Amino acid sequence: MNTLVQTLIDGLVIGAFYSLIALGYTMVFGIIKLLNFAHGDLYMLGAFIGYSLLSLVTGNGEGAAGLLGIAVVLLLTMTVVGVIGMGIERIAYRPLLLAPRLSILITAIGVSLILENGSMAIWGAQYQVYPLQLPQTGWSFGGAQLTYTQVAIIAISVLLMAGLQLFVRHSIYGKAMRAIALDQTASSLMGIDVHRVIALTFFIGAALAAGAGVMAGAYYGTINFMMGFIIGLKAFTAAVLGGIGNLPGAMVGGLLLGLIETAGTLVLGGSWKDVVAFSILIVILVCKPTGILGEKVTERM
Amino acid sequence: MDAQVLLNISNLHAGYGKIRALKGINLQVRQGEIVALLGSNGAGKSTTLKAISGLLLPEEGSIEWEGASIRGLAPHRIAERGVIHVPEGRRIFSGLTVLENLELGAFTIRKEKRLVKEGIEQAFALFPRLKERAKQLAGTLSGGEQQMLAISRGLMARPRLLMLDEPSMGLAPIVVQEIMAIIAEINRQGVTILLIEQNAKAALRLAHRGYVMETGRIIMEDEADVLYRDEKIVKAYLGA
Repeated sequence: MNTLVQTLIDGLVIGAFYSLIALGYTMVFGIIKLLNFAHGDLYMLGAFIGYSLLSLVTGNGEGAAGLLGIAVVLLLTMTVVGVIGMGIERIAYRPLLLAPRLSILITAIGVSLILENGSMAIWGAQYQVYPLQLPQTGWSFGGAQLTYTQVAIIAISVLLMAGLQLFVRHSIYGKAMRAIALDQTASSLMGIDVHRVIALTFFIGAALAAGAGVMAGAYYGTINFMMGFIIGLKAFTAAVLGGIGNLPGAMVGGLLLGLIETAGTLVLGGSWKDVVAFSILIVILVCKPTGILGEKVTERM
Repeated sequence: MDAQVLLNISNLHAGYGKIRALKGINLQVRQGEIVALLGSNGAGKSTTLKAISGLLLPEEGSIEWEGASIRGLAPHRIAERGVIHVPEGRRIFSGLTVLENLELGAFTIRKEKRLVKEGIEQAFALFPRLKERAKQLAGTLSGGEQQMLAISRGLMARPRLLMLDEPSMGLAPIVVQEIMAIIAEINRQGVTILLIEQNAKAALRLAHRGYVMETGRIIMEDEADVLYRDEKIVKAYLGA
């Protein structure tokens, strides 16, 4: 019983990370039909930029950042990485929007390599210890532990996702995003600056991934320039699981993947973690290619 | 009664790759007019509208709107100036609700909430059926309702020139009549209209002036009633 509850808690935290990253995947796919394989590296970049900013505040973990400090670092990192995401769209993807799909996909892989190797050049190839001590205390019931940190991560993730959902459903720019996903030409005839809205989409997607990166860095304690690779693929799995192009789908898919993966690890052992995740991807692709909430055509966001 | 020339196109050339779709078009639209652009399939009518609204970059010639060149501007910039293109095939956002479609039509005036609200009320007054279906996905509407939505969405931006590409396409005759009556009503409210129609007779009954196109050129222009009475023209070029 305790292990089951513990699995649920741990799974939710990992699932929250997957969801936040999957959202960017699915938004970008929805609006320009690109599988942005560099997206996982924006999560990594978020972790590293957050690391550098936190180091400035705490001085290698000796001082305490304080809640306000952490919040400022989180928001600043999200903004910086959001702008980097926009820059990537402007430089690497926009010139190729009318090119064959394969060109832009290969470019995405190139961007991923640049981000990974660039980060290695700046921060080094070794694991870095996150300059932040988070409380390991919390509530325990039975043998299961729910730490304040876990609660905070889940709460922040929920807040970000709810905010995104409100924005996309109700703001005029959110509606413009959904309109562009359906018909770019008609959107431009309404006076919508299509490129600007696409840039905004990249900003939001990158910022959410960066938020996950900072939280993951703080949660796990160590970061590395390749940390975005596997989690990027997992987030992609989560997006497909929920129905690619569908925002609530990405959220549900991420949480579900986190839970299943953690449960799989419990039953089969830690080395089977990735096998479980990608087996799920294969099963979905065979049984329900459109995902849990995905539709065949029409609305994509 | 020479009203102000709003849109002035001269010697316009445009095409798709090697295909020359427009070979020197001259066309004017004056304040308050309904101008019909007629001709058979492939004559270059839709291409003309695409060049005006910025979807297609012209190779040669000028497009002036209220005395200033709009040639080469991005489509959203041209829409911001009050030139709204309701494209062929309606192109409504099928996965968004009727109301969301209308709100997006008002994108250029989104900061003036009162005007947006008024626009929605006017659209619902013009087409009560849209009001009943406000929360429905636009893709669930019938063809006629979708056309009504496309026109209303175009009107939301408070255009000074509304360009309609084949609003009667694929609609039952009774619905075509309804749409035509609405277009006349919109014009009476002060909106200048450039209308493409396959149904030449219906268009000429409505319009003040007309242009007849053939293979990328304008081969005739006159008052609408003159064109309407000319049986030869109607038979030869307009297929009515």
